[in-house]
Amino acid sequence: MRRLTFHPCGNYKERYEEELKVFSTDFGRLWSAVGIVILFAVVPFISGPYTLYILNMVGIASIAAVGLNILIGFTGQISLGHGAFLGVGAYSAAILATNLNMPCWISIPSAALITALVGMIFGIPSVRLKGLYLTIATLAGQFIIEYLLVHWEDLTRGTMGITLPAASILGIDVAGDRNFFFLIYVSLGLTVWTAVNLIRTKYGRAFIAIRDNDRAAEGMGIPLFRYKLLSFAVSSFYAGFAGGLWAYYMVSVTSEPFNLLLSVEYIAMVIIGGLGSIAGSIYGAVFITLLNEGLRLGTDLLMNMDLFPEVGLNIAPIRELVFGLAIILFILFEPKGIAEVWRIIRSSFRLWPFSY
Amino acid sequence: MEFFLQLLVNGVCIGLIYGISAMGFVMIFKASSVINFAHGELLAAGAFFFFTLTAWAGVPVYAAFLLTLAASFILGFIVERLFLRPLIGEPLIEVIMLTIGLSSLFKGLMLLLWGGNLYTFPDFLPESLSLRFGAITIPPVYTGALVIGIFFLALFGLFFKYSSQGIFMRSVADNQTAALSLGVHVKRVFALSWGIAALVAAISGITLGIMNGINVHELSSIGLKVFPVVILGGLDSITGAVIGGILIGLLETFTGGYLSTSLKDVVPFIVLVIVLLIKPYGLFGLVEIERV
Repeated sequence: MRRLTFHPCGNYKERYEEELKVFSTDFGRLWSAVGIVILFAVVPFISGPYTLYILNMVGIASIAAVGLNILIGFTGQISLGHGAFLGVGAYSAAILATNLNMPCWISIPSAALITALVGMIFGIPSVRLKGLYLTIATLAGQFIIEYLLVHWEDLTRGTMGITLPAASILGIDVAGDRNFFFLIYVSLGLTVWTAVNLIRTKYGRAFIAIRDNDRAAEGMGIPLFRYKLLSFAVSSFYAGFAGGLWAYYMVSVTSEPFNLLLSVEYIAMVIIGGLGSIAGSIYGAVFITLLNEGLRLGTDLLMNMDLFPEVGLNIAPIRELVFGLAIILFILFEPKGIAEVWRIIRSSFRLWPFSY
Repeated sequence: MEFFLQLLVNGVCIGLIYGISAMGFVMIFKASSVINFAHGELLAAGAFFFFTLTAWAGVPVYAAFLLTLAASFILGFIVERLFLRPLIGEPLIEVIMLTIGLSSLFKGLMLLLWGGNLYTFPDFLPESLSLRFGAITIPPVYTGALVIGIFFLALFGLFFKYSSQGIFMRSVADNQTAALSLGVHVKRVFALSWGIAALVAAISGITLGIMNGINVHELSSIGLKVFPVVILGGLDSITGAVIGGILIGLLETFTGGYLSTSLKDVVPFIVLVIVLLIKPYGLFGLVEIERV
């Protein structure tokens, strides 16, 4: 075995391949392996149902947030319709599972593919539109999809919602939080692995070129339309995958959760986590999910303590308020998100005692 | 036929209000290229401030109206100073996200203060404002809304054409760098445009409140309806905003009247996508020429 490599105290990279490495040192690789082992061998067996539920929600949110980060953080196309795409994924999985009796290991990827197609349809305006105009077009997409989910009753059963059969993979029933934990986190691992590697290929570099300046990218021979559509497709594929998992995990699907607020939540995850950072999307998903849960617990606690009986304390306004405040504070004070905070903390340890 | 005419009148009245609220939105966009997702909340803030003054504090209507305008102007001013000023020159997504965060913050605050119930303003419009043309009637609230709308439209038209601040604002909208080099205080213009936009939003919030009653959720969703309006009219044209507003108002009332009420809220967005695909810069918007 070769010797372990450490962080050099300067940039000694000589070839492009060294830039592209996922792990710059063997310690990174080692700790990731340790992390994965702990995640799968220890965490699900020591945590109770509530912790597992939160972990599962974090996992699902992370998958979708990674997808949105590919679109916003790497390709620079702002989408306000990610929540609706999640809904498309959830409904597709539900319809495939109930109407066509597909098992979940086919229906979830198919749902993701269907969502990718829908995402490409709503990505078509991106040929001619950018920036503000594209944001508004995706906002329109959000409302149109939301309307269809409620009113296309033959397919979606309207406000009744759809109840899914229990998920099973190759004869093994996936039921209960612990089994879902494995399903969700294996999916998350696969999707993160794909995303990290996608960014290193020519497609990822083309995305980044489009983000930095799309006209210049076109001048350098990147077909804009194809790559923008591809980015929309990849991003909605992730959303659809997360939506499918969500549908199976929640057992029944209604259109209510997939509103504009959910889209905003996902953008918040991407921004708070760190634009253009795959790990950042996961930090963001953890942050927002924990924030939501924390607020719910906090308001429950306040209500039970009966401190202000005359005030009908309600979670929704407080949630909106804290949520908005978190977004604003992050944008004003740390626009690069948690990923940047983490990098600063790490490098200040590494450079100690000369950290800045 | 009567039904058609009644819908026509309603559509124009509602559309005019949409146009006025879009005007504030366009003003911010023209001056500082900020797309304001919190416009609906500014609208609701104005309406609820007015409501609190008239219904709970018992301030006479005219005084309350003026007080609301002053308060909204200050609110817009503060929002620009605290939140938008640090972001001048930052990437678009951060600015968009900041206004989304603001809208969430304001909405939460207003829900905490006033709750999610529907309130109605005390009745202060005289019954004599009700107009009748043959079979169609225009209820007094619509007439009132129409009068207020046209009055402020004319007022702002004159403000932009003749007052020095209005000319400064137009110059910044036209070319920020050139305006800066000619001695226009661009930052003050930004602040002023936010102030005026919040003031205009409050006016449209109050008129909408007179028509349908006020509710935090309803009013803040109007802020999203502004998007089809401004896209139809072009993001940087104030006349376009008014015309787009009337078109969207008509479209909405006719779909609501003839097709289905649930489709009413989506149709503007479908039209928006179509318009964006055919004429990406709207009907009256300036085509941007981009250089690498």
